[in-house]
Amino acid sequence: MKGLIAKGWGLVLQTWRILSRPSVHFSLGFLTIGGFVAGIMFWGGFNTALELTNTETFCISCHEMRENVYAELRQTIHFTNRSGVRATCPDCHVPHKWTDKIARKMQASKEVWGKIFGTINTREKFVDKRRELAEHEWARLKANNSLECRNCHNFEYMDFTRQSQRAAAAHSTYLASGEKTCIDCHKGIAHQLPDMKGVPGWDVTDTESMDRLRAAITTAASD
Amino acid sequence: MTQDNRRFAFAVALAATLITVSTALAAELTGLRGSTPVDQEIAPPPIPNEVNDDKRQSRNYPEQPPVIPHQTRDYQITLNANKCLTCHSRQFTAQSQAPMISITHFMDRDGQILASVTPRRYFCTQCHVSQADTPPLVENTFRDIDTIIGAERSEGSQ
Repeated sequence: MKGLIAKGWGLVLQTWRILSRPSVHFSLGFLTIGGFVAGIMFWGGFNTALELTNTETFCISCHEMRENVYAELRQTIHFTNRSGVRATCPDCHVPHKWTDKIARKMQASKEVWGKIFGTINTREKFVDKRRELAEHEWARLKANNSLECRNCHNFEYMDFTRQSQRAAAAHSTYLASGEKTCIDCHKGIAHQLPDMKGVPGWDVTDTESMDRLRAAITTAASD
Repeated sequence: MTQDNRRFAFAVALAATLITVSTALAAELTGLRGSTPVDQEIAPPPIPNEVNDDKRQSRNYPEQPPVIPHQTRDYQITLNANKCLTCHSRQFTAQSQAPMISITHFMDRDGQILASVTPRRYFCTQCHVSQADTPPLVENTFRDIDTIIGAERSEGSQ
């Protein structure tokens, strides 16, 4: 163990000696211009690769996304509507600003882990985990004041006269005052909701009798 | 003629009558298909917009489930969640100013009053539906009770 540390330290010292001395074989011009060009290529390549992982095609290349959340999205107004403007996965699930995007991408390494170990690789596993996954997204959108919603739905430009009375009433009070943010009321607009037991604003049923109903339906379905 | 034969003859006669009557009815009752034969397709009429004016409609009889005066596209009513109840349940009506689900919705089939909506009343759109402003497809001669009473009174006074 001690030998290994000494060896490692030796390697660090050697590298530092190379980096701290002037180059013997390459001209300063070659090194600066070459470094600049290599930098552009690296940066361009990095961003291209990043953008490649920021497309719907990439998201639904995994069956977990394609057969669960994407299939559900296809039914909703964020997928098909009169004007044909639609939201893709990253529009709502990845921040647009660069620093925020990188932060989210680093978090997403957890999702790679999940993919490798098959955390939600069957419908049953996905349904069982849906509440937890949904809660992550609700918490994220609550914390950033529904940033991804607001990338398209800008409060400043909302015309209350073109909204239904109910919508205008809610938006001009709760949203305008900042008391609530989009996700507080608009949960489940793009995907099926998990069991909403205990979620504020949604827990409105007699839990015991709903459990009985759920049991009855499950039994009927398995018969 | 034996008993069986008589029965058979009666059945044939009944079937013939029913067919005649139903054919006559079908000629009058032209629904969405019009008079297009069943082996042909019609060009479907455009889907009308849902009424979204939030104005309550009067009921034709007291037991009628009130119709929904707003759009309900993408409202999830599943075992997991019920979007309607986020406004119409007892605890949220002050905030939403929506009408509360009727007290009949709290009583289960054994007559027990529960704390909230009972499973048998949980699936809202079984009875309540959004409306479209379209002319009726078939003539409807329904008259509500006030119209009938009014007509009888005016007959009696004559």
